[in-house]
Amino acid sequence: MTASDLFAGRRMPLPRVIFTALGLMVGGLMLLPLWYLLLRAFQADFDTVARLLWRWRTAELLLNTAALTAGVLAVCTMIALPLAWLISRTDLPGRRLINVLAVLPLAVPGYVMAYALIGLAGNYGFLNQILGVTLPRPQGLWGATLALSLYCFPYLYLNLRAAFAGLDQSLEESARALGCSPREVFQRVTLPHLMPALMAGWLVVGLYVIGDFGAVALMRYEAFSYVIYQQYAAAFDRLYAAWLALILIAIALSVVWWESRLREGVRYDRIGSGSGTGSRRLRLGLAGRLAGWLFSAAVVLASLGLPVAVLTFWMTRSAIGPVLPALLDSFGQSLSVAVPAAVLAAGMALPVAVLAVRYPSPLSTLINRLAFVGYAVPALAFALAFVFFSLQGPRWLYQSHVLLVTVYGLAFLALALGPIRSALYQIRPSMEDAARALGHGPAATFWRVTLPNIRPGVVAGMVLVFVIAMKELPIAFLLAPTGFRPLAITMFSRTSEGMLVDAAPYAAAIIAFSALFVGVVLRHDRKGGD
Amino acid sequence: MQQLPKSVTFRMPADASPLGFRQQPARTLLEVDGLTRRFVAGESAAVDRVSFVLGEGELMALLGPSGCGKTTTLRMIGGLEEPDSGRILLRGRDITRLPTEKRGIGIVFQDYALFPHLDVLQNVSFGLRHLPRAAARARAEEMLALVGLEGLAQRRPHELSGGQQQRVALARTLAVSPLLVLLDEPFSNLDAAMRVETRQEVRRLLKQAGSSGILVTHDQEEALAMADRIAVMEKGRVLQIGTPDEIYRNPATRFVAAFLGRSNIMPGVAEGMAADTPLGRLPLSRAANGTVSLAVRPEQIMIEPDAQGDAAVVGREFRGHDQLYWVQQGDRCFLVISGLGQGAAEPIDIGARVRLRICDCVTPVD
Repeated sequence: MTASDLFAGRRMPLPRVIFTALGLMVGGLMLLPLWYLLLRAFQADFDTVARLLWRWRTAELLLNTAALTAGVLAVCTMIALPLAWLISRTDLPGRRLINVLAVLPLAVPGYVMAYALIGLAGNYGFLNQILGVTLPRPQGLWGATLALSLYCFPYLYLNLRAAFAGLDQSLEESARALGCSPREVFQRVTLPHLMPALMAGWLVVGLYVIGDFGAVALMRYEAFSYVIYQQYAAAFDRLYAAWLALILIAIALSVVWWESRLREGVRYDRIGSGSGTGSRRLRLGLAGRLAGWLFSAAVVLASLGLPVAVLTFWMTRSAIGPVLPALLDSFGQSLSVAVPAAVLAAGMALPVAVLAVRYPSPLSTLINRLAFVGYAVPALAFALAFVFFSLQGPRWLYQSHVLLVTVYGLAFLALALGPIRSALYQIRPSMEDAARALGHGPAATFWRVTLPNIRPGVVAGMVLVFVIAMKELPIAFLLAPTGFRPLAITMFSRTSEGMLVDAAPYAAAIIAFSALFVGVVLRHDRKGGD
Repeated sequence: MQQLPKSVTFRMPADASPLGFRQQPARTLLEVDGLTRRFVAGESAAVDRVSFVLGEGELMALLGPSGCGKTTTLRMIGGLEEPDSGRILLRGRDITRLPTEKRGIGIVFQDYALFPHLDVLQNVSFGLRHLPRAAARARAEEMLALVGLEGLAQRRPHELSGGQQQRVALARTLAVSPLLVLLDEPFSNLDAAMRVETRQEVRRLLKQAGSSGILVTHDQEEALAMADRIAVMEKGRVLQIGTPDEIYRNPATRFVAAFLGRSNIMPGVAEGMAADTPLGRLPLSRAANGTVSLAVRPEQIMIEPDAQGDAAVVGREFRGHDQLYWVQQGDRCFLVISGLGQGAAEPIDIGARVRLRICDCVTPVD
């Protein structure tokens, strides 16, 4: 609604009123628990808080989290940048296969990767049993960095690959013609053009690392999420947990803010109307090919071969038959949350998407920003906020299925929003106008024209939320109703207790589901990309 | 004695009826009265006090350049846009604030807006929701036969050509027997050859169905060929309403003269029904006094080779059925169209001396 509308006394059409009300409810739901988190944190007087926060431990946590983030970003870049260059700029044979294999690690969540690394080492581990080499149990900074990097690098790879594809090669050729050496061209032309993609990738990976709980906990690395959980669950120090959660949220939000600031005013698209040249590939010699293959093989073996091999190893240690009923039960429990969460997320995303596409205004922009809060706020902090909300507000919600489903719906709302919004953008408004002119009211038009045409987008959004909810760990961990043992929690607790054999079937089930997720993402990537 | 103003030219007062408003149709269907819509407060209105009357069975064109407010006017009549002020009466009933679906007005969209999830028959029967299923089907089939698409009932919209899609859109709109059909640039997505063919077809279908229509277009040729009357718009205002013939022969303003066909604009000093011009003293089509601009159609000027003539041909273009000349006379360049049969049978060479003559009324435009 614009100011001029107000002054003209223009009536808002009823559908717009309804969608705006629904959107405001979603936005309010997003912010309400964060308000309770603030309330809880400021319940204590200033001295208590100061004593709690002004100690070496807090600084240590900050440093630990920063070191982990920097480490993961560095390792991811070292993997993803050469890989993206090899795939999009050279004639390396087999690059199509490598391209798929480079995205597949997304199917191995960080905590499963941590499981694989842990299962590799130790007395009973894969390496000792097969090769007779005993490694110490990986843990701490290095363990966590490795586990998270091997899971996260595909995010960066996908961004960089798209950037290489969009880079106008005539720019590089002009630089060569102006007398730059290949190294100078890379530093002065190519790299600056890759920066936006690199930063976007770093943002996704960085937010994931800051919010990660599973891998960090299994590696016993004292980063924020892990300590928040310890404080909340073990030490029962809810005040400290609340403050740490607030700091974590502040870190995540400042990362988002800095990224958008850095991106502002940067323009790297093609200027002028000359046609860009299609990409020409560098012809690799024999040595180049060998090096390329060696590098790709190392990456694939570490990110895919390792978890698959370790999982196979532990799966063969015991028969699957006896654990099957428990596995199925756990699977059913995951389903009982993931399915309603998917429906809820899509249901909440729909009015938000309609507002953005059909009724653009400052208010609908605000509502659309709020829809991303659940995604940007680290999962554990988001869940903790809901714990405080349910403890101080409606008590019956505490540790209920309803709450868990709602939190999933809010946390993954942004995932469902993307496909629904792009489906809506593809419907021409004139189609809805035509239905109105043929005598159908707003509701009938939405039901008979809009909905049938955005169904693929709605389904895609629901599938995305469904598969990600199937493997979700930290939110389930904090909000699980008593006796609720979904796949992720079972696998996690068995691994942290050292019961790697028992964890294996659950890890396998999670990988299978995550592979489905990657399949959906890849399908959309192909539609959007090629 | 009251002194005559130095220049009495045709200047339309804001709310007085512009030229052509005298012609009231026999039976009024639609009355648009002072319709105004301002998108940004404080800026000039997109549609500014637009008024006109549409008769039963009449086809009117809203003609003007892009951004002149013609589409906004159409959308307000259709109920897709709400006016800031003004009234819309359909058969005497005030429908200004009525939602689209309750107006009984059909709309054919520029992009046809066919429903991609329905086949052709389902598209055409979409608006027939009050009929029983069998009756709706029969009606839809009848409409498809009317537009000559009987065989394509089971096709999906994307399997049809642009012209076929357009006929489906028309059939879908006419199926519900609307009192009035609005057509928003309906031919702009067709290629040039299809356009000429389709516009007569659409006119025939509308007349056959007894529907009144308002056509929005920026193509003067389309408006001249299809409409019973034309309303020319510029900057949110209606400048002139009249039959194609009237508007072409007697443009109200310089803008109308230039927008419909080509015009030469020359200065003159008018005195009643005549004016002194660079081409001699000429009769006027309407009275004016003082210094005026006069519009002369290129085909109103006769060109004759004359070694003593005061003008020279500076350019020419052969167009098949006639010949186009650019003729320099003094510091003024005239555009002249000369039919091949009459006057100069032999094409005149560039550089040749000529004489220009006008034996027709010229129109004072401002």
